[in-house]
Amino acid sequence: MERYDLPDANGHFGPYGGVYVAETLMAALDELKNEYERVKADPTFWEEFRHELKHYVGRPSPIYHAKRWSEQLGGAQIFFKREDLNHTGAHKISNAIGQALLARRMGKKRVIAETGAGQHGVATATVAARYGMECFVYMGAEDIKRQSPNVFRMKLLGATVVPVESGSKTLKDALNEAMRDWVTNVDSTFYILGTAAGPHPYPMMVRDFLSVIGEESKEQMPEVAGRQPDVVVACVGGGSNAIGMFYPYIGVDGVRMVGVEAGGHGIASGMHAAPLSGGAGVGVLHGAKSYLMQDANGQVVETHSVSAGLDYPGVGPEHSYLKDIGRAEYVAIDDKEALSAFHDCCHLEGIIPALESSHALAWAAKVAPTMAKDKVILVNLSGRGDKDINTVAGLAGITL
Amino acid sequence: MSRIAACFAALEGKKALIPFITAGDPHPSLTVALMHGLVDGGADIIELGVPFSDPMADGPVIQRASERALVHKVGLRDVLALVAEFRQTNTTTPVVLMGYLNPVFVMGYTAFAEQAHAAGVDGVLTVDCPPEEAAELSAALIAADLDPVFLIAPTTPEARVREIARHARGYVYYVSLKGVTGAGNLDIDDVARKIAALRAHIQVPIGVGFGIRDAATAKAISVTADAVVVGSRLVQEIEAATEQTAKERLTRLVAELKAAIL
Repeated sequence: MERYDLPDANGHFGPYGGVYVAETLMAALDELKNEYERVKADPTFWEEFRHELKHYVGRPSPIYHAKRWSEQLGGAQIFFKREDLNHTGAHKISNAIGQALLARRMGKKRVIAETGAGQHGVATATVAARYGMECFVYMGAEDIKRQSPNVFRMKLLGATVVPVESGSKTLKDALNEAMRDWVTNVDSTFYILGTAAGPHPYPMMVRDFLSVIGEESKEQMPEVAGRQPDVVVACVGGGSNAIGMFYPYIGVDGVRMVGVEAGGHGIASGMHAAPLSGGAGVGVLHGAKSYLMQDANGQVVETHSVSAGLDYPGVGPEHSYLKDIGRAEYVAIDDKEALSAFHDCCHLEGIIPALESSHALAWAAKVAPTMAKDKVILVNLSGRGDKDINTVAGLAGITL
Repeated sequence: MSRIAACFAALEGKKALIPFITAGDPHPSLTVALMHGLVDGGADIIELGVPFSDPMADGPVIQRASERALVHKVGLRDVLALVAEFRQTNTTTPVVLMGYLNPVFVMGYTAFAEQAHAAGVDGVLTVDCPPEEAAELSAALIAADLDPVFLIAPTTPEARVREIARHARGYVYYVSLKGVTGAGNLDIDDVARKIAALRAHIQVPIGVGFGIRDAATAKAISVTADAVVVGSRLVQEIEAATEQTAKERLTRLVAELKAAIL
């Protein structure tokens, strides 16, 4: 693959990305872009970032060979990148720390965030406590119901959780509301965006902070598996854990990259959250141009997934670009397949995975048997599933 | 001369009143009557909101207006049809569509611009499309004799004001506060200072909106602005009225605002 150097100076990944926000935020985004350009070239920032990742998050996260599951499937060897072992239980914390350090440099004392499954909200509440910042987390009222343990966790950490009652009451509406807060409190507030979407420079910044996932993997795989993987797999909602895994592998020939979207009740049902693999067109939402689930009038449609973190109609612009150029492929796994992988992972490997990550696991479990035993699949196990036990119990008709 | 330029010329220094309502709120069958009602009250230009599922820059009042319109599945093509119907009996009052980029993007910039012009639209303001991303859309609008209207915010630095001035047609819309539509933190003195500074760069008339909620604030804003935009307050009036009383109540409120401004 030729040299890959995106986004361009205006935040475009080919036709995708950009800065589609109201004028009030333009100056703030310019300031953020300039500050980020400065820290990019400042080794002391990255030293501090790495120090925090090592001593506070517990990085590097290990790579684990899922031997029993691989054996049972009888094909390729499946390895997990154990992002579930990070402090707060998911990959999100690494991004939250990067942005919080940036916020501190910019003198912002108040941070806001949107959250779907609650993992990014917890990560933001955590770093806000760690760095002594005031924290407001916007969360769809529907998601608050689905993810009550994480809501309480955020409150324990001192954050204010603001329920969002507009629209579909899920992640996209939480993002709208966070943007409204930001536009109102733009002088005092840093918006810690949780996924690789939104206006430039967020998709680039989130990618850079989470690239540690792929960078570590590249270093660890030869040690653990004797070589680089044939396939890297990650779930894609907005696409932050996936881009963190993919980005360092873009230039590595022979490594196939697969993003797994939420197939919900199945692509044919229309009740899914799979803009890249479900045949959606391109649109503009939340500050960027990207594939987007919408109707013929350009209204964003309601999505469905068993996992709140994937229940999002858009996707980060870099994924749209990687799809178009064919460097990454995107597939869908439905609720049932994801749940089945969730249980298999619990029983066979003693790991309770997040429902989001279970989508990536399900794809690996589906494809591994078709591959030779000496092939290697690396799944980004992006988060742990403790937060999902109420949902899974509920689906089984059990009240906890 | 475009309808918008003609409108400002005819005012001869008096200030324009620009009421905003959302197309299709509370029902698409009422929109044309409500537009005429705005004109009856003294509207100089009408800003007609295009409903969108994710109105990020709007406060709760206009969000609800969008939601009410979307219950009836009012799309951009329906909005154009409503403008065309309005034009059957009103050929002078400029109509500016205000909304978000995605419905326009999905329709296609050229197709939209041509059909909007044919329907009798005069200007287009896409809230989430700053000049940096607007080149293609602006070219399509200008080719169809439509004015691209841009926002300027309290946070806009001078260099950007100069840049926006190069692209602006019709009028510019100065966002009077940091916040969403209908917010309550309007600072009249601050607006006056900002408008005075904008005059150095902006050649087209300057409208001011966001947070103007009564005759007194409308009057105070009109001292420095060329046009006063009132949205959330009117939408609240629609919300509080019945389908039978909405037009009359809008006309009365617009007349009150028009009487107050300079």
